[in-house]
Amino acid sequence: MLRGAVYFDAVPLVLALLLLFLTACSGQFPQSVFEPRSDFSTELAGLFTNIFWWAVGVFVIVETLLLIAIARYRARPGAAEPKPVHGHTALEIGWTLAPALILVFIAVPTMRTIFATAGQAPEGALRVEVIGHQWWWEYRYPTLNISAYNELHLPVATPIQVEMTSADVIHSFWVPRLGGKRDLIQGRTNRIAFRADSTGEYWGQCAEFCGASHANMRLRVFVQSDSAFQRWVDQERAAPATPAKGSPAEAGLQVFRRSACIGCHTIAGVAQGKIGPDLSHVGGRATIAGALFPNTSETLHRWIMNAPSLKPGALMPPQNLSPQDLDAVVAYLQSLK
Amino acid sequence: MKSWLTTTDHKRIGLLYFWTAFGFFMIGGLEALIIRAQLVRPDGGLGVSAETFNQLFTMHGTTMVFLALMPLSAAFFNYIIPLQIGARDVAFPRLNAFSYWVFLLGGLFLNASFVAGPLFGADRLSVAPDAGWFGYANLTSRQFSPGPNVDFWLLGLQILGIASLAAGFNFVVTILNMRAPGMRMLRLPPFTWMTLITQFLVITAFPVITVALVLLMFDRFFGTHFFLPAGGGDPILWQHLFWMFGHPEVYILILPAMGIISEVLPTFSKKPLFGYTVVVYSGVVIAFLGWSVWSHHMFSTGLGPIADSVFAGTTMLIAIPTGVKIFNWIGTLWGGQIRFTTSLLFAVGFIAMFIIGGLSGVTHASAPSDLQQTDTYYVVAHIHYVLFGGTILGLFSGIYYWWPKMTGRFLSERMGKVHFWLTLIGMNLAFFPMHFSGLLGMPRRIYTYSADLGVARFNQLSTIGAFLIGIATLVFFWNLLRTRRRPSNAPANPWGGATLEWAISSPPPVYNFTVIPTVTSRLPLWQTERHAPMAPLPDRPPAPIHVPGGSWWPMITAFGLPIIAIGALAHLIPIVLAGAAVVIVGIYRWAYEPFEM
Repeated sequence: MLRGAVYFDAVPLVLALLLLFLTACSGQFPQSVFEPRSDFSTELAGLFTNIFWWAVGVFVIVETLLLIAIARYRARPGAAEPKPVHGHTALEIGWTLAPALILVFIAVPTMRTIFATAGQAPEGALRVEVIGHQWWWEYRYPTLNISAYNELHLPVATPIQVEMTSADVIHSFWVPRLGGKRDLIQGRTNRIAFRADSTGEYWGQCAEFCGASHANMRLRVFVQSDSAFQRWVDQERAAPATPAKGSPAEAGLQVFRRSACIGCHTIAGVAQGKIGPDLSHVGGRATIAGALFPNTSETLHRWIMNAPSLKPGALMPPQNLSPQDLDAVVAYLQSLK
Repeated sequence: MKSWLTTTDHKRIGLLYFWTAFGFFMIGGLEALIIRAQLVRPDGGLGVSAETFNQLFTMHGTTMVFLALMPLSAAFFNYIIPLQIGARDVAFPRLNAFSYWVFLLGGLFLNASFVAGPLFGADRLSVAPDAGWFGYANLTSRQFSPGPNVDFWLLGLQILGIASLAAGFNFVVTILNMRAPGMRMLRLPPFTWMTLITQFLVITAFPVITVALVLLMFDRFFGTHFFLPAGGGDPILWQHLFWMFGHPEVYILILPAMGIISEVLPTFSKKPLFGYTVVVYSGVVIAFLGWSVWSHHMFSTGLGPIADSVFAGTTMLIAIPTGVKIFNWIGTLWGGQIRFTTSLLFAVGFIAMFIIGGLSGVTHASAPSDLQQTDTYYVVAHIHYVLFGGTILGLFSGIYYWWPKMTGRFLSERMGKVHFWLTLIGMNLAFFPMHFSGLLGMPRRIYTYSADLGVARFNQLSTIGAFLIGIATLVFFWNLLRTRRRPSNAPANPWGGATLEWAISSPPPVYNFTVIPTVTSRLPLWQTERHAPMAPLPDRPPAPIHVPGGSWWPMITAFGLPIIAIGALAHLIPIVLAGAAVVIVGIYRWAYEPFEM
């Protein structure tokens, strides 16, 4: 009697359990929404959990009714014709009001969270401007007078006011463990506000399709203790390192000066290009190319030789440098802590 | 051959719609399989390039929405609606043929972009639309999309919009004016009701996207700045216009399938549809509310807390009439004598899967919660539970139900059950893990993802599921093809259905009804408490029935539209004018075509 019938929902249910199990015993999920580490993301996770359990309740009730119906009322030979029931007013009223009531329990916390997460940080918050580019991130700290690229550094337990816009198409700034995503739109300023609870490295990436390398527009957020953050700020404020006479890095500086690099990149005191990210402190970053690769000598070599092959659509053309020149430039960039 | 090219018979046009849309469904499915194959491995996958991948997902979405699901529904509108309301044809048979040819040519125009590269001095697979199926400004501007890709998309959608609008007006007029005597509005079969509501949505929603596409065309071809912030325009305006169309479009896709299962469940439960009037009115309510929720697609754009609250609220309200429908379907099964035909399995599958899509929809309706879900694989899971678990399972249910009526031949029930179970398991394996991929941080529309995200395992399951769906669809295709060699032995009413299409032979004669029936009940072929079944219609028409001949002009007029589009694409004004001339001459000759041929 139940054959056939129970399989209907057995399929998604078994899958759900299997997947929960897989998730539980798997490794790290650096972009998971389930491990919130800020007031903003904690609010969202709580709201989702609330709705999730209502949904599970509704799912179980409705699918059980469906299963009972198809298990119990399978046609049997010789059975009497079913009663031609056309409807039932009380039932109709009941199953209109029941979902309406459940929705009240979802709508009220939803509205509360909408206003609680409307993006206004309290007075005295650290202001950070996020500017999206195809396909990298620019961050400005107007009160600290510094900028950062792809890797955002923030002090822990400090209210942050993020103001976002785009230099070209629409992007979306998303660091799941610190908060919900918000779009970067040319000509507009969008805001989110949050306060990270714990130090650490948080992953994010662009969430709005923005062209060829949308998949490669990634970012990192380093939430640091006040003292570590202050050290980073001081480092960024300092003039870029000047390589020692005769060092490989010094040769690299000369190559950088006479190559196409200066057309697009800034290094304070060396070049003033504005198309690509500022490289004044590139050696101090953990990643390159929009948080796509770790910042190593090997990845820098590959990136400078042929950026578009690693990041489709990237504006930086392949550089035709001799192996010696390439080594020298890489040494120079790595020296720019 | 000629008779098919010139046909104005709604039944033949219905079959043309079916086979054409099924062909596009297979193409859209193939695109999905390449997408899934690429994502089976992190960090570069199987080597599909970013540019190709972006074309594949754009064309997958565009194809499935505009070239597969809408026209598969249209196949049933065409074939079944005139039969269900007791009419000889639709109100405007030649306009109906025109709709079909415009749809076919628009679909071919869009897909030609895959191979048209060399004409633009580019490779194959380089000029297909690549900005996503909702083509957000300002990525679609000439500055950021210089190639013909977006031109193919906007011109193709304009052509398809004409087909949808013409069909929309045709079916509204047909359903309102061509009903048999006694077929009052609240005696219309539920499928006809949902079709009527759908067509009202078509004729109100498509003008919005038409306007949006015209503005985009002006931006790209004539240097205006409607959507370009650098020139004082606003890319968010595009999102408002697109989703004002796009959300009613979701109901354009789902309401026909809801109508289909509202026919299938009563027939195979031997019980009338539970709460008929409530099901009808909840469809109307869904359509009205469907107009008030569009900005829930835009919660991440920063609309502000007031707008977010309003759109979250209206979106949640839609859950109420949708829930009411689901309860009424279960009420229909309850106490029945259920026959587990393939058609019924798909209808029950629709209910079971649509619930999942509906519930994940509630998590999207909550604006703050949606900020962690929108533009991730979670929303991909949601749309596929609604449009695959809902619409496609519903359409399959309809195909197994009406195929004997449309061809006189039965589909194999044994293969049908294989098709059903493979599809059900495949879709859950493909789409359920996407909830996890998304919540673990995988955005949609990415051709590669980092192995460190920890989502590779979920992607592998999704890929396996997608290929299972592919196998299931091949089983179904074989099932369809083999019916051509099966005997034409379907009786008039093989399933014991209650509605008028079952009162005439399978397939019906060209004139449909020997005598236009007089309807006295909502279930004309069933014995109810107050009504005896309708008397059988005479086998032969008592008086000669005039059947209009075919016409070439709908097809010729339709050909003018892609010619205009090709001219626009190539920036050649003479070709645009030549296409316009074809349309004008076509309409003129069509208007003055004599009735008898």
